[in-house]
Amino acid sequence: MIVRIMGEGQWKLADAHFAELNKLDDELLEEMEAGDEESFRRTLGALLDAVRRLGAPLPDDALEPSELILPASEASLAEVREMLSDDGLIPG
Amino acid sequence: MSGVMKRMGMIFRAKANKALDRAEDPRETLDYSYQKQLELLQKVRRGVADVATSRKRLELQLNQLQQQSTKLEDQGRKALALGREDLAREALSRRAALQQQVTDLETQHATLQGEEEKLTLAAQRLQAKVDAFRTKKETIKATYTAAQAQTRIGEAFSGISEEMGDVGLAIQRAEDKTAQLQARAGAIDELLASGALDDPTGMAKDDLTAELDRISGGTDVELELQRMKAELAGGSPQQAIEGGTGQGQTQQQPQDTPRFDKQ
Repeated sequence: MIVRIMGEGQWKLADAHFAELNKLDDELLEEMEAGDEESFRRTLGALLDAVRRLGAPLPDDALEPSELILPASEASLAEVREMLSDDGLIPG
Repeated sequence: MSGVMKRMGMIFRAKANKALDRAEDPRETLDYSYQKQLELLQKVRRGVADVATSRKRLELQLNQLQQQSTKLEDQGRKALALGREDLAREALSRRAALQQQVTDLETQHATLQGEEEKLTLAAQRLQAKVDAFRTKKETIKATYTAAQAQTRIGEAFSGISEEMGDVGLAIQRAEDKTAQLQARAGAIDELLASGALDDPTGMAKDDLTAELDRISGGTDVELELQRMKAELAGGSPQQAIEGGTGQGQTQQQPQDTPRFDKQ
């Protein structure tokens, strides 16, 4: 599966790694919904590190659709929440 | 339960699809409109046919009445010839009544004919309009299909269909990398030229060789001057050449100069 970290690029990951990533991802969502900025940042960092560690980066000029997308490492809880709201990402 | 990763992915895809589907397909709208126009044209044509049928029926009735009228006139003439004036009067009064009907029918006929002409003209105009619309519709559809294909291609490249600006960032990074590589190549060229870097291709010279070249270059000029002077002094060219080659040998570039490697 191909995962994109916004602002960084895409990584190709074997399906076997998804159990680990999903756990962190679900945690991240819970922290976002709870509004726990500190834990959110920590988990996001851990999740991004896991993707970078477990995956193989795709070349910059590859144009493949990503199945999963992660916010940029510097994204704040508010920004991610905004992106996940209905009018986020692409206005209109 | 879907985490942030999945939800972001889903939202991106949903948004991209929405962006593509936002405008309803104008090709369908055009086809529908054309269909409606054809139906209208059909109705007008049916109207023209109905009016024409009524007109023909009136014409038949008129013919019959005219025949009857002629017949009554003949009968009246015969009755008069036979001296039956009463019968002749009866025939002529019936004929007068018929004549009234004929006049009424003729008025109706004229009205219908006028109606029919107007409708035929309208049908022709409508036909022309519908034909023109069909041509235009096909042109618009072709243009739209082309534009749509272009949009899809454009979106694939700019990343709007997918991760929007993020792919743009990837391209930006690729461009930055290219610029960086170009800058690096420029710097390496300069370093090679100055002799600070060793050129594995052997094309560039190290600084010692460069210096020796410079010195020997200067000596060559001196050498040339000497030879010219010797020629002017009337010495045989043979001597000058011999002298030149003799001196030239001492100035030959050392090929096995140890190279500096500053890396």
